[in-house]
Amino acid sequence: MPPLIQMKKVNKKFGTLHVLRDLDLEIEAGQKVTIIGPSGSGKSTVLRILMTLEHPTTGSVLIDGEPLFGQDGEGHSIPLPTPELRRVRGRISMVFQHFNLFPHLTVLQNVTLGPIQVRGVATAAAEERGRELLDMVGLGGKTEAWPAQLSGGQKQRVGIARALAMEPDIMLFDEVTSALDPELVGEVLNVLRRLAHETDMTMLFVTHEMGFAREISDTIVFFDKGNVLEQAAPEALFTEPREERTRQFLEAVLSH
Amino acid sequence: MEEQAVSNLAFAWEILPFLLQGLQVTVLATVLGFALALVLGLLIAVARRSSVRLLSYPTAFVVEFLRSTPLLVQLYFLFYVLPNLGVSMSPLVTGVLGLGLHYAAYTSEVYRGGIDAVPRGQWEAAVALNLNSMQTFRFIILPQAIPPIIPALGNRLVSMFKDTPLLSAITVVELLQAAKLIGADTFLYLVPLTLVGILFLVLSLVAAWGVRLLETRMTLRRA
Repeated sequence: MPPLIQMKKVNKKFGTLHVLRDLDLEIEAGQKVTIIGPSGSGKSTVLRILMTLEHPTTGSVLIDGEPLFGQDGEGHSIPLPTPELRRVRGRISMVFQHFNLFPHLTVLQNVTLGPIQVRGVATAAAEERGRELLDMVGLGGKTEAWPAQLSGGQKQRVGIARALAMEPDIMLFDEVTSALDPELVGEVLNVLRRLAHETDMTMLFVTHEMGFAREISDTIVFFDKGNVLEQAAPEALFTEPREERTRQFLEAVLSH
Repeated sequence: MEEQAVSNLAFAWEILPFLLQGLQVTVLATVLGFALALVLGLLIAVARRSSVRLLSYPTAFVVEFLRSTPLLVQLYFLFYVLPNLGVSMSPLVTGVLGLGLHYAAYTSEVYRGGIDAVPRGQWEAAVALNLNSMQTFRFIILPQAIPPIIPALGNRLVSMFKDTPLLSAITVVELLQAAKLIGADTFLYLVPLTLVGILFLVLSLVAAWGVRLLETRMTLRRA
């Protein structure tokens, strides 16, 4: 079985800024992987490329052996034709740092829009599943609320339910607690912890929450300057990092 | 003096039915023209945002052309040139087409402003849910883009309404033309033209009030 996610020699430039350098990254199905590293090292860019919000400058990205991007004659990435793109991308969902809930829809509508319009689920079934998911993230009583009425932690939990409603094989979490008040972080991490323990989904996190990362990850990937510097199981990486830069980073981050 | 005033009022009363017929045409032209401008303007706005250059460049050119040439010129063009190309339409239909096209250039700019104001994160969330372009516009972007631009669209409506007298140049008997016909017939211009002014004033105020009402209702619904 090929790895579920394969990124091969991926380069990403924003103008002259070379954010990802010849990146090779493989993630097996069902793994829970956390990417950590200094700001600007390209961590979020990896997630954004997997969600097709950005495309690689060069290199290839395969999901279960199928390309996520097309290539033109010179090896540059171009979007796939829409039907193909949506088919491959349909297996991936994402939760955002700034929630990105739809303010003009109720909480339940936010969660059911995708299943109804994209997966063709009947409204009644989508609403039932939506209520289940919202219950699971602790927001069962808030189905008719508007996003503006929710706290940050609640909004993020809706964001998680919304992504789960699409029944993805791969879920991406882009610094999902970084925009939250400290006291609201816990409620979101609890939901993520349960997801990590109870599902087979492949989950990819970018986070600064080291304790959380250590607890739920199968692998920690340390990113520096656009590439993977070191990659290991949490205990190995946190207690005996092999690279000096990793050591420096962990020292700085774990000291407070 | 008083006799003059009384006879003016009597004259006004006498010509009012004919003027109201003209007003009907004015209102009809405005409603149809604006409906066209609303639909076409949205299509143009979406086309201009397209990453397909074959679509976005010609569209941008057409918009510039429509905005940079006078409506009267465009109306004459449609009225006199189209028949030579084998397209023959009534003056009113020509007028509606002219109004709709001209104002579509403006409404497309208003739509563009509204669409650009929708935060980038909303587009990204739509991608994450795997919505296609049409679904993204229909369910996510337009419901957020349109309520804030309703006042601006309403202004365009009132502008178009005030531009309808231009249709008299292509033989449409709207309100102004009706007044001019009365004047040509009776040589009495003061009363008919004053009535035209009053009717335009009243209806513009009513339209502006209606737009404000719509804006309030749409904002309340979202809050």
